[in-house]
Amino acid sequence: MKTLNDLTQGQSARIACYMPKFSAARRLMELGLMPGTTVRFVKAAPLGDPIALEVDGRHLSLRREDAAKITVQAL
Amino acid sequence: MVRIALLGNPNTGKSTLFNCLTGLRQKVGNYPGVTVQRKVGRMIYGKNIAEIIDLPGTYSLAADSPDERVVVDALLGEMETVERPDLVLFIADATNLQRNLFLAYQTAQLGIPMVVAVNHWDSARKKNIRIDIAGLKQALGVPVVPISAARAEGITELKEVVAAALVSKPHLIEAKWPESVEKALDAARAALPESVRGLASRAVLHRSVFDEDRSFFVRHGVSPQQASAAIDAGRQMLFKGGLNPGNAETVLLYREIKERIAPCIEIDTTRSSSGSESIDSILTHKVWGLFAFLGLMYVVFQSVYSWAGPFMDLIDAGKGMIQDQVGSWLVQWPMLQSLATDGIVEGVGAVFIFLPQILILFFFITLLEDTGYMARAAFLMDKLFSWCGLSGKSFVPLLSSYACAIPGVMATRTIQDPKARIITILLAPFMSCSARLPVYVLMIGAFIEPSYGAAVAGATLFAMHFVGLLVAMPFVYVANKYILKIPPQTFVLEMPSYQVPKVRDVLLRMYNQGKEFVKNAGTVIFAITIVIWALLYFPRSEEVAESVTADFAAAQASELGVEQAEALALLESDEELADALDRRIASAYVEQSYLGRIGKTVQPVFAWAGFDWKITVGVIASFPAREVIISTLGIIYSLGGDVDEESGDLRDVMANQKWQEGEKAGQPIFTIPVVSAIMVFFALCQQCGATVAVISQETSWRYGLFSFVFMTTLAWIAAIVVYQVGSLL
Ligand SMILES: Nc1nc2c(ncn2[C@@H]2O[C@H](COP(=O)(O)OP(=O)(O)OP(=O)(O)O)[C@@H](O)[C@H]2O)c(=O)[nH]1
Ligand SMILES: [Mg+2]
Repeated sequence: MKTLNDLTQGQSARIACYMPKFSAARRLMELGLMPGTTVRFVKAAPLGDPIALEVDGRHLSLRREDAAKITVQAL
Repeated sequence: MVRIALLGNPNTGKSTLFNCLTGLRQKVGNYPGVTVQRKVGRMIYGKNIAEIIDLPGTYSLAADSPDERVVVDALLGEMETVERPDLVLFIADATNLQRNLFLAYQTAQLGIPMVVAVNHWDSARKKNIRIDIAGLKQALGVPVVPISAARAEGITELKEVVAAALVSKPHLIEAKWPESVEKALDAARAALPESVRGLASRAVLHRSVFDEDRSFFVRHGVSPQQASAAIDAGRQMLFKGGLNPGNAETVLLYREIKERIAPCIEIDTTRSSSGSESIDSILTHKVWGLFAFLGLMYVVFQSVYSWAGPFMDLIDAGKGMIQDQVGSWLVQWPMLQSLATDGIVEGVGAVFIFLPQILILFFFITLLEDTGYMARAAFLMDKLFSWCGLSGKSFVPLLSSYACAIPGVMATRTIQDPKARIITILLAPFMSCSARLPVYVLMIGAFIEPSYGAAVAGATLFAMHFVGLLVAMPFVYVANKYILKIPPQTFVLEMPSYQVPKVRDVLLRMYNQGKEFVKNAGTVIFAITIVIWALLYFPRSEEVAESVTADFAAAQASELGVEQAEALALLESDEELADALDRRIASAYVEQSYLGRIGKTVQPVFAWAGFDWKITVGVIASFPAREVIISTLGIIYSLGGDVDEESGDLRDVMANQKWQEGEKAGQPIFTIPVVSAIMVFFALCQQCGATVAVISQETSWRYGLFSFVFMTTLAWIAAIVVYQVGSLL
């Protein structure tokens, strides 16, 4: 299963679902990372972590550890 | 008076609108988490007055961090001191309407009348986002007004609509909840003890069932077991209905929003790459990003150092003129003359002279905050902070602390993890606040620049601003690794679009900070200065003057091979000798003064750091506020007769200070190791009463005390190490 963390720079994908028992899931959804939404991997920070995503024209920064708990479908 | 609360996501322009409506000057900035406290102002509409409440931004009523808690408490009106608002003025960002309205739908359950202001109307136009306001009104069931708070557009209409809504009390059409949600709320209510069943509104039950919020139960004395039972009963019911209690609310609401709101929004997607992204291609670049950050900081401190020079000279000249003028008026009352010239003008003026630096520093801080770079800096730094159990969230308060630790401590309210928050609070005073700037500039200007040139001076100032962080971080690392063990945090941060700061905002911020600085110099520093002058002036016994005169005459007599009486006569007639005698008397008076005696008693504590008793006096006096060391040194040298005609400048006077006795007699007091030790001491020491008070208020007095003891001890040890190592080189 591919996760948000596996995307490469510039790649887009659709959010599939969240891994169970991921306590931040709710907050991330409230920020627009809803299942079914298309996201684009903008870039990783200079030190490799965190990463920047584009959702609905907004840029969000997210740690890789959390991104790895969100599965995606390639477009 | 009617109460109107401003509610919305972070960084949507709530405080900008608050300022528009009330005429006040709440802080605004282009990053999430600027406002962390509830702030109240008054709006006049027609012939009436309403209370406007500015709240922190939040994405959801499921509060994670203290600033979000403030919002929920304000809306539920559960706190004794905070009453429920009569109207919620919801501020949505037009460029991200659907996500913004999620919070509005959540709030609808609270049953408070609502008006929706769609802000950033100008940005939406630029991005070719068209919003059908009439359709939106219909879908939401409440008045909707497009505005641009930053340009004060649409404010008159908004006021009219709000005034009407205070009468008609429109409610946002609630989302339709499936059966199982209603059942869950009933189940939760049924599981509550009889006494509170009636008190628990649907809104309260919503919050308890969906995000296990226990604040209502705690406030009404429901036992933890009973509270858990109620929450579990509700969540069980959701589960039975095929919903995941953890995110049911989010999923259901988003579905509703999509259905109702999406038809009102039309986005022209032909424009792809945004301006912000091209700026970010440099500022958060893989390689250049970190260099750009350091480069920016370097430019800031180099400019603070080099641009201010001419203005400082001007203020210094003004100070000299005032001293001469006032001195000549008061020539008949020597004590008053001394208080006015050596005490007040010298002490306050010595601090006042650093106004240009403060203005330049705030010019840059405002640029950082208003352009949108702040959130990018947090993005760059998150990884470094994660090694210590912190996150990029901690970086924003720490960067704010470069202006002042007090707003920095407050800004930690956006941090969810309590331990991470406390660590960040304790770190904040290690950041080099603007009150330390005068100390560095004085020392660097007097000793580094003359020996090494302006470039090194600027670089030293830059370096001094990292001393606190670099010294403190290893402690945080160890504390986290062995004691606190902060669990890994989720770091999600929204990055605002870049914008060009408005000249007016920048000037206003500089003006306000300048005013604050001058006011502080005119009140706090002024008062402390008088006390210090008095402690350095009294007791002034005649005996001191007599014994110094006798000693001096005796010395002169033996040197010239004349009788004592003859030497005394010579002292009367020879102007140069008389001058020298006067200075010795002045210096003896200062040494014999109350503060002089204290300084001499305490000096051994600082002897290992190379401080003489005068520096020691300065250090002791500056515990209430750091800048006081400058006024104190000014007064000591001025009272002590060290200031002669040509060199009124404090920097020159300091450069001429020599050890009077001991093994180092005749050598300059201020050597590079001593100056470095002083700067490091000030970089690390907790010399700010106000910061200790804020830390105590935001945590508990134990942390305030800890901060004081820890930082002061650390500063003392570090000053000694710097001096000792520096002397070996
Ligand atoms: N273009 C544009 N910018 C705006 C508008 N309103 C506010 N801003 C800018 O948006 C930024 C955020 O404004 P604030 O008023 O601090 O936002 P806030 O909602 O109080 O933010 P928090 O206190 O962090 O929740 C500032 O840089 C404002 O200048 C607007 O109508 N148009
Ligand atoms: Mg605000």
